[in-house]
Amino acid sequence: MIVRILGEGQWDVEEAHLEVLNTLDGAVEAAVEADDDAAFSASLTALLDAVRTQGTRLEDDSLEDSDLILPPSDATVDEVRAMLSDEGLVPDQ
Amino acid sequence: MSLMKRLRLIFSAKASKALDRAEDPNETLDYSYQKMLEMQQKVRRGVADVATSRKRLELQMKQLQQGSDKLTNQAQQALGQGREDLAREALTRKSGLANQLTDLQVQHAQLQAEEEKLTLASQRLQAKIEAFRTKKETLKATYNAAKATTTVNEAFSGISEEMGDVGLAIERAEDKTAQMQARSGAIDELIASGALEDKLALGGGDDIDRELAALSSSTDVEAELAQLKAAAGGGAVTAGEEAKAIDASGPDEAAVDASAETERTKEES
Repeated sequence: MIVRILGEGQWDVEEAHLEVLNTLDGAVEAAVEADDDAAFSASLTALLDAVRTQGTRLEDDSLEDSDLILPPSDATVDEVRAMLSDEGLVPDQ
Repeated sequence: MSLMKRLRLIFSAKASKALDRAEDPNETLDYSYQKMLEMQQKVRRGVADVATSRKRLELQMKQLQQGSDKLTNQAQQALGQGREDLAREALTRKSGLANQLTDLQVQHAQLQAEEEKLTLASQRLQAKIEAFRTKKETLKATYNAAKATTTVNEAFSGISEEMGDVGLAIERAEDKTAQMQARSGAIDELIASGALEDKLALGGGDDIDRELAALSSSTDVEAELAQLKAAAGGGAVTAGEEAKAIDASGPDEAAVDASAETERTKEES
């Protein structure tokens, strides 16, 4: 399973770790919904650390697309909300 | 649905929108490669823009520091002439400059971080461009032989995702740079606001003086005034010692600034 951390790169994470990632992801999502910046920052850090430590980093020249995409480590709740919204923070190509 | 899946869907939706535009996979591959090269140009420009802003900040920080040193000297001179009011004015202004300087140091660190992120993004993109250049010819051959679009589409979505990621990094850096440039003009005005004696000769007090006075903490001023007085009583304080005393109080000021910043952010949101 390939996971991309925006602004950092991609990691190959074994399926076995998915449950842990899902739990951590749930905390991030709850923080976004609660508009809680402090909780968001803490839970995002935990999630990204889990990906970095449990996954194997892909080489920069890998051309694989990802199964999961995570916000940049310094993202704010507002930014993530904008990314998820229709207008989107993700630029068109 | 989980956040990470939703973000992934958004990226792939953008990719398939771009893919729909091209009909022939051979063209899609060449087009993608062209887009990657354009994106690389954009990232490099982004790095250069952030570096320009960073250098401007560095110049301003230097100027503010010089202004601050000058005000210390002026306060000493004023006190030597028995003009406590003038010395107080100088220290009030200096306290304002110190706050601005702390603010600029925070901004400088942010710009440095953005510059580094974009540089790394550019390196990753370059590695992918080189890999894709080789792969696209293989993919074209495969497609032309078997008309298998799947492999072409897969390669395309990997590329598209990277471009979305890099594009986002550029936008974020541009936003940060724009915010800083907006504030940068105000700092230039502050620096250009001229020597203390000019203002005081005219009776003192324009908008910047009032703003500085509001920014400065009066307790700091009193404490430093007392310190200068004590030093004047027991021998002269050199500018070097004075600067050290200010440095030592640095972290506290930074903490106050940071909490003020948090308050402002709360109010805005």
